[in-house]
Amino acid sequence: MLRVENLIKVFYPGSVNEKVALDCVSLELREGDFVTLIGGNGAGKSTLLNCVAGVYNVDHGSIFVDDVEITNLPEYKRAAFLGGVFQDPMMGTASNMGIEENLALAYRRGQRRGLRWGVTQKERELYYQQLKRLELGLEDRLDHKVGLLSGGQRQALTLLMATLKKPKVLLLDEHTAALDPKTARKVLEITDQLIEKNNLTTMMVTHNMRDAIKHGNRLIMMHEGRIILDINGEEKKRLTVEDLLDRFGRASGEEFANDRALLSS
Amino acid sequence: MLDILMGSVSLGLLWAVMTIGVFITYRVLDIADLTTEGSIAMGAAIAARGITMGLNPFLSTFLALLGGMAAGLATGLLHTRLKIPALLSGILTMIALWSVNLRIMGRANISLLRMNTVFTFLEKIGLQKTYASIILGFVFVGVLVVFLYWFFGTEIGSAIRATGNNPYMVRAQGINTDTTIILGLIISYGLIALSGALIAQNQSYSDIQMGTGSIVIGLASVIIGEVLFGSRNFMGRLISLVLGAITYRIIIALVLKLGMPANDLKLFTAITVALALSLPVFQKYLTPLKRSVKGVK
Repeated sequence: MLRVENLIKVFYPGSVNEKVALDCVSLELREGDFVTLIGGNGAGKSTLLNCVAGVYNVDHGSIFVDDVEITNLPEYKRAAFLGGVFQDPMMGTASNMGIEENLALAYRRGQRRGLRWGVTQKERELYYQQLKRLELGLEDRLDHKVGLLSGGQRQALTLLMATLKKPKVLLLDEHTAALDPKTARKVLEITDQLIEKNNLTTMMVTHNMRDAIKHGNRLIMMHEGRIILDINGEEKKRLTVEDLLDRFGRASGEEFANDRALLSS
Repeated sequence: MLDILMGSVSLGLLWAVMTIGVFITYRVLDIADLTTEGSIAMGAAIAARGITMGLNPFLSTFLALLGGMAAGLATGLLHTRLKIPALLSGILTMIALWSVNLRIMGRANISLLRMNTVFTFLEKIGLQKTYASIILGFVFVGVLVVFLYWFFGTEIGSAIRATGNNPYMVRAQGINTDTTIILGLIISYGLIALSGALIAQNQSYSDIQMGTGSIVIGLASVIIGEVLFGSRNFMGRLISLVLGAITYRIIIALVLKLGMPANDLKLFTAITVALALSLPVFQKYLTPLKRSVKGVK
């Protein structure tokens, strides 16, 4: 479904701040895979996601979706294949526009836009049903401006927008990190629900070890721009936080030093 | 008094076309754009040249619209393809248009006295010039408001509106924001040039200088409209722009009537806009003040 080959990304090359963010990363996601991506600060997990999404250009390597190479496609063209939710709740929606207008923009992802009316009555019914499933009461506020919603509501809406038109790969970049714990849990529930219902191939970056273990069928850990652990199937199901810390130590030869990940685990 | 009012309405309606253009760049696309000064003069130049060459005034006005759209395309390409900041792209086009406008007119100004303008056919059936201009202005503005309400409600129009709001999100939905920005600029500049063409025909001359300060007039009209007639839905916002442009003209007519020297007009307008734009800052200070006053009570 998604294939990444020998990806290299260097920030500030040739300067004292040179940083190898991705050091020859290769990875293949099978259809229906739900991968959680974990690692310390600067491990390269967000960079990997942003390279796939087209936010950054890669220095070397190739990215394929369904055997179609997308390495050099601009971000807006990749959007036909990809859906994404990022950390900042403000990023994924247009705050001055209504809930239904935002959904309508997402509903046409990857299609040619013309002079047809931006939101049709038939779509409204669809949006009503979809929003109702989120159980946030948004279905009765279709024409409300998104700027009036809370961060959690906006993230839930962004998730719905990313999956409204089934993406080949769903990219989630710490999409609950800016939310309070209770809201974060709710948004993760919605995430699971949408992924399961649509059978989506997903890559989710998280700094929370528990979430990484609890969600998905496969766990990948990155360290200094490389993939150091790739655990799936039965082994992933039995995994505990202690196991993970232990295996991180053996794979990297260091102790897992990320306060954020440890505190929240 | 009625004369002043009617004069303000007639001028306000013609400037409303330009106000809507400014609104599209300033509010919809969220770009502060200075080309306005050049494109309004360009519209006037093209219409004046066309009319003196003996072209039909409506055709000349239409050519002015096209000319403005071309200027919008130029700024759009500078900004999106050559990655020059929007403000600077606008300034570059504005400067370039000065020479272009001189070339179009062949000299610094053209008189349209006793020429056949878009208003002539209404004057011929016995209407006073002011009323002819009100009727025609009303028709232009009415058609424009309906057209833009429809256009910004379509899929492409929604994409343009979203671009000014959150370009990251728009790209994530598979929309090329370069295209939407260029489209928005083309429409905006086209309208501003159209407005210039109408104003020139109304005042019976076109002058290379006539755009100077027009961006501030446009902004003042947008802000007056929003503050006094603000509305949440898009149709309401478009209408508030028209009312804002007319109100601006009435205010100017009144302060002139009250004895303010005409030379101080631009200073007055600039101060009005500065005050209106800084309103949120004052509100920030005022709100806690109000609260503390209430608390004491």
